[in-house]
Amino acid sequence: MAEFALPKNSKISKGKTWTLPPAKAGEERKVRKFSVYRWNQDDGKTPQVDTYEVDMNDCGPMVLDALIKIKNEIDPSLTFRRSCREGVCGSCAMNIDGGNTLACTKACEDIDGEVKIYPLPHMPVIKDLVPDLSNFYAQYASIEPWMKTQSPAPARERLQSAEDRKKLDGLYECILCACCSTSCPSYWWNSDRYLGPAILLQAYRWIADSRDEMTGERLDNLEDPFRLYRCHTIMNCAQTCPKGLNPAQAIGEIKKLMVERRG
Amino acid sequence: MANVERPLSPHLQIYRWPVTMATSILHRATGCGLAAGTLLLTWWLVAAAAGPEYYAMVQACLGSILGRLVLLGFSWALFYHLLNGIRHLFWDVGHGYSIPVANKSGWAVIIGSVVLTVLAWILAYSWK
Repeated sequence: MAEFALPKNSKISKGKTWTLPPAKAGEERKVRKFSVYRWNQDDGKTPQVDTYEVDMNDCGPMVLDALIKIKNEIDPSLTFRRSCREGVCGSCAMNIDGGNTLACTKACEDIDGEVKIYPLPHMPVIKDLVPDLSNFYAQYASIEPWMKTQSPAPARERLQSAEDRKKLDGLYECILCACCSTSCPSYWWNSDRYLGPAILLQAYRWIADSRDEMTGERLDNLEDPFRLYRCHTIMNCAQTCPKGLNPAQAIGEIKKLMVERRG
Repeated sequence: MANVERPLSPHLQIYRWPVTMATSILHRATGCGLAAGTLLLTWWLVAAAAGPEYYAMVQACLGSILGRLVLLGFSWALFYHLLNGIRHLFWDVGHGYSIPVANKSGWAVIIGSVVLTVLAWILAYSWK
């Protein structure tokens, strides 16, 4: 059942404010405030939002640059995932300015006022901006995301026409950052049974692949009131995808195939 | 990691609503409203069969300011659910998923439902 309010242990209060030391003579500053969600398992406190002042004249343009600067120069205890810093690894997915996106490709300039940063929504928090993605990965494994065949392997690789390859465009680019799944209200209320947009887009990626020979079994596995049909076309997934993909449409295609195969 | 009661990260509390999220929850809300409205309609039909006195009482009820407000809401819910239902039909056959189109169709449904409701009430009041 949908639980709209946060549980007691998850309620957020105002935390510390870290102001910049006074500017030196002749130093020109462009100060911005970053409010960041904080929680750790050691101090026994409920989550808090800390506010950090950052001089943008001495900081890179992206939200990730600001987070790294805060960690390096203000508060080393701030915890977040990051790796590639160019939108291909999906590690720094978080909720910035009310929408899920990658901190490394989101420019501070594109945000009005205070920059509000939270972990991906409706997830168990491990620390600060780091959510527990175990369920997400288990769901990914459940769709068996690899090519499955029955016909004997050819002497060389399995070939695919340029036309069939084109069907994978808009699907293969997914970096599994979980922005879409954690933006989806249906996934918020039913992540125990609903696979969510990211995993369903991946499921469709293999259904759409001309070289895969287990389409029927893949559809059987999705034919379920929860696993597939909790998608109500809310479209938050496509609105928020940092790679510009459209999971809602991929899910729509799976639903169409379900009807078509009934004949 | 074990035995730690992890907090749940905030969701509705912090998420910025795209128009498509609003149209989706309104579709469900108006659906529930229509179910309740159907009971109202049934009540009115039963009243008509129950005799002139009871019917007059129900007419007075529905004709009161409060009754008319409920009927206004009922008629808007009907138009909204109808228009957004058509939007869902387009999605079901695989059209209208791109974000600019989905946003536009969402606004069209919201504005269209208000326009149709106003038109229907103008028509109803100018009937006589």
